[in-house]
Amino acid sequence: MAKRQRDEPQINSSSMADIAFLLLIFFLVTTTIANDRGLSLQLPPNPDDIVDVDIKIPERNLFKILVNSSDKLLVEGEPLEDVTKIREMIKEFVLNNGRDPKSSDSPKDAIVSFKTDRGTSQDMFISVLDQVQAAYYDMYAERIGVTNEQWREIANDLSDPENKRLYDKGRGLKNGQLEFPMNISIAEPSKTSN
Amino acid sequence: MSKFKKKANTKQEIPTSALPDIIFMLLFFFMVTTVMREVTVNVKQRIPEATQLRKLQRKSLVSYIYIGEPKKAGEFGTEPKIQINDAFADPKDIIQWVNEQKDELDENERDQLTIAMKVDEEAKRGLVSDVELELRRANARKLLYTTIQRTED
Repeated sequence: MAKRQRDEPQINSSSMADIAFLLLIFFLVTTTIANDRGLSLQLPPNPDDIVDVDIKIPERNLFKILVNSSDKLLVEGEPLEDVTKIREMIKEFVLNNGRDPKSSDSPKDAIVSFKTDRGTSQDMFISVLDQVQAAYYDMYAERIGVTNEQWREIANDLSDPENKRLYDKGRGLKNGQLEFPMNISIAEPSKTSN
Repeated sequence: MSKFKKKANTKQEIPTSALPDIIFMLLFFFMVTTVMREVTVNVKQRIPEATQLRKLQRKSLVSYIYIGEPKKAGEFGTEPKIQINDAFADPKDIIQWVNEQKDELDENERDQLTIAMKVDEEAKRGLVSDVELELRRANARKLLYTTIQRTED
């Protein structure tokens, strides 16, 4: 008996790809890639609750950064063009430990004061804040011997006890007090018209 | 010679049956890694770049404020505005909004509410600090300025 060759039955599935593409494009358009990254900050308490006490902070413990409404920088009384220099300047200032009489007493006393104008752009504000935080993260990272990036990874996940231990070590937590706090004071913007 | 005549029974078509599978894989990837837009953002958002980014761990504790120039400049002008939920808001509305957000959370998590501010890079500091002042009044002190990772050069 001669064997007759039969055609294999096939379903044409080429339009399936088109349908899937349509779905894909729909999801691409209607969704956003989750972007929950940024510079974190702890705001000071309610201004109405703060009792007005005049605390004198010695001039040497303040690292002053001023930005005016045309995004020009004034750091420690000197105009500065390059924002990225702030990182090294702050590290030097905080780690002074009383050596230079014009610089901070100890990391605990050092305060970075950052004042902007109402007309300063958010972009400039973010770049300066980024530099200040970078300086602190660098110093914390160095204290526990990791890189800046690793430090931020550690700080992101404090539910892990090992991370928590490293985090507290980096910031010098002793008896509920930080030996190495990140003192960033963001003053209310000045009101100059621009 | 005809003995070696080629049989022309090989198919010329390229099999495309795997194509839908590949696209479905892409589709599932996007479905898993993305979230649906919950609010329509009515303000321009050119997010500033920074290097020292931190990641938020728990999304349920995050609420968003958008600040920027309205997209419909003809209707709302070109001054940066604050957007919460789906509508434009004034700084004075923020306390109430924060309290509503806190009510949605469990009792023990209320102080962990994080406000993520998506601020346009052109927005002025004055408006942003007005919002911050209201957040301080509302006792929502955990703040995150949303930024994009700067590519190191």
